[in-house]
Amino acid sequence: MGVQGWTYLFVGLSFGLYLAIAWFGRVRDTRGFYVAGQGVPAAANGMATAADWMSAASFISMAGLISMMGYSGGVYLMGWTGGYVLLALLLAPYLRKFGKFTVPDFIGDRYVSDVARIAAVVCAVFVSFVYVAGQMRGVGVVFSRFLEVDINVGVMIGMAIVFVYATLGGMKGITWTQVAQYWVLITAFLIPAIAISIKLTGQPLPQIGMGSELTTGADAGTTLLDKLDQIHTDLGFAAYTAPFTSSSWSKLNVLLTTVALMVGTAGLPHVIVRFYTVKNVRSARHSAFWALFFIALLYLTAPATAAFARYYMIDSLQGKTERDLPSWFHSWEQTGLILWLDDGDGVLRYSAGDDNELFRSRGLDRQELTAIEADHQRWLSGSGGSDGRTALRQRGLAGPDRDIIVLATPEMAELSAWIIALIAAGGLAAALSTASGLLLVVSSSVAHDLYYRVINPAATESQRLLIGRSTIGLAVVIAGIFGIYPPGFVAEVVAFAFGLAAASFFPAIVLGIFSRRVGTVPAVSGMILGILFTATYIVGNRFFGMPAWCFGISAQGIGTVGMLLNFAVTLALTPFCAPPPPEVQRLIERIREPEPAGPAVMIETAPEH
Amino acid sequence: MLPLLLVWFLVGPGLSILWVEPLNRFQLGGFPLGFWFAQQGSILVFVGLIGTYALIMNRLDRRYHRETLDRGGGSS
Repeated sequence: MGVQGWTYLFVGLSFGLYLAIAWFGRVRDTRGFYVAGQGVPAAANGMATAADWMSAASFISMAGLISMMGYSGGVYLMGWTGGYVLLALLLAPYLRKFGKFTVPDFIGDRYVSDVARIAAVVCAVFVSFVYVAGQMRGVGVVFSRFLEVDINVGVMIGMAIVFVYATLGGMKGITWTQVAQYWVLITAFLIPAIAISIKLTGQPLPQIGMGSELTTGADAGTTLLDKLDQIHTDLGFAAYTAPFTSSSWSKLNVLLTTVALMVGTAGLPHVIVRFYTVKNVRSARHSAFWALFFIALLYLTAPATAAFARYYMIDSLQGKTERDLPSWFHSWEQTGLILWLDDGDGVLRYSAGDDNELFRSRGLDRQELTAIEADHQRWLSGSGGSDGRTALRQRGLAGPDRDIIVLATPEMAELSAWIIALIAAGGLAAALSTASGLLLVVSSSVAHDLYYRVINPAATESQRLLIGRSTIGLAVVIAGIFGIYPPGFVAEVVAFAFGLAAASFFPAIVLGIFSRRVGTVPAVSGMILGILFTATYIVGNRFFGMPAWCFGISAQGIGTVGMLLNFAVTLALTPFCAPPPPEVQRLIERIREPEPAGPAVMIETAPEH
Repeated sequence: MLPLLLVWFLVGPGLSILWVEPLNRFQLGGFPLGFWFAQQGSILVFVGLIGTYALIMNRLDRRYHRETLDRGGGSS
């Protein structure tokens, strides 16, 4: 059986499994729909959180990013795991004790303000859609490369699957599907990494293999990282393990970006809402531990995959001629992830300078690419035209696309067909699990926070469930449209999502839990100022060419400054404004007390519900 | 909780970013030490921190429950 046969088998089996789970997990009430009846065991919730959290970006793009960035890639590793420490210590147990459905619920009730509630809804919906767009594009990429179907058909198949299990089962269906998706994605990530590690270094553990000596090829006896440092220096790149190699990754930017990602993670609504689904506060704490444990399995392996792939890629391309290029190069050339424009000597050269011949063409339309290639051919034969390499470099397309690292590494290492096919099923699992979690946040924000809490508080249970189901259905369709017509700025706005979550939710929630004194006006002003500052800086810097005037801080790191600003404004205004009403103060005391020995607070019995 | 957050800060932003250059002069296996903390060590420490927190807090919770029961009746 070839790669394609295996891929159909794995993808078919995993999709069948998700649908079966959806049928057995279907629900009838809003408690099941929004918080899975709060009966999910801690370890299962940990797995679901991990799958929810690890998106197409974590699975497909992160190892590629690290591979291109070397040390600075640690920003993502630390940022996306360190946030769980803040979440587990400062937020999850308290929010679970508070006993409501969503993050806007907490903000609205704690600060007794519909303005705050609506601001939170808008942020939650925005952050979620930004993310979902990326997931749906991931689904399309996997389908088009591995199954050779049209990207749009792929997106529609993905949409149909999510539609079925999300509308039928709500949070309950999503949770148990995510548990299954976790296993699919982690198997798909670990098996190739282990196989490559054994092949390159003889070490079965990729984490150790990464620091071991190479056992094959001309470089046997050198450690992998030393070899990478040396290759990088030879090609004109900064050494792989060297820190702070460019002004956009200076020490300050690395630090602030890491903190923004950490704090943003802790403030992301689709992660927080997972802690509402467990039985009690004790399981919320255990579940945070399991979540990071399961996430760490992938995050500890990703840097190893990154280093192996970097070595393989350069080793199998550098100095090769058209005839001895490996076959994976040709199959990935068609997807636009990699492209070779020769300077006339017939030998491929990859470097950091102007003589680099490796590019990517994704994002260029076909006509433009053909024109550049034709121009380049004319330039080569000496009859006018222009150097296509300069044209591509000016468009920022030097070097292969980072997504190729995870997707193509098994082929680079010449692993068996079934291992290559596993990657497809894993990538789809990662994208679908995150998409469904985010769509549920959109649905609960609109149907619960906006419709039930603000517009029509008299809605009956079945009306609310109907609205919940229809908004999630609608959200799936919108997400699909994003997947088919991807907005070009997806990658840019992810920085936005984390920055906004860091600058808006995090301070409001932390102060809401740990201070009895902070009232409505300071908290709302802090939130709005934090959002405005962060949004203006990112939009100005990324889209309108505004210089990074704030100490040269990049758009990715500015969320940290927005967060500090939010804290500062809120705390500075607090002494001049009224404290929250007595019943809210009692509420805050209650969520910080240890949980009573009796059964946990259930949502129906929680006050005002 | 504060000591745990302090460890989080020292290992995360501290060892992996602020003091990475001096640490990189040392080797751990085939890794420069600072690089290892940034890509492996910090994640391991984060997992450990949350585990420790869950154990300590859940033990405190249980002790609190025993005490309230001893005083004759729960708090609610």
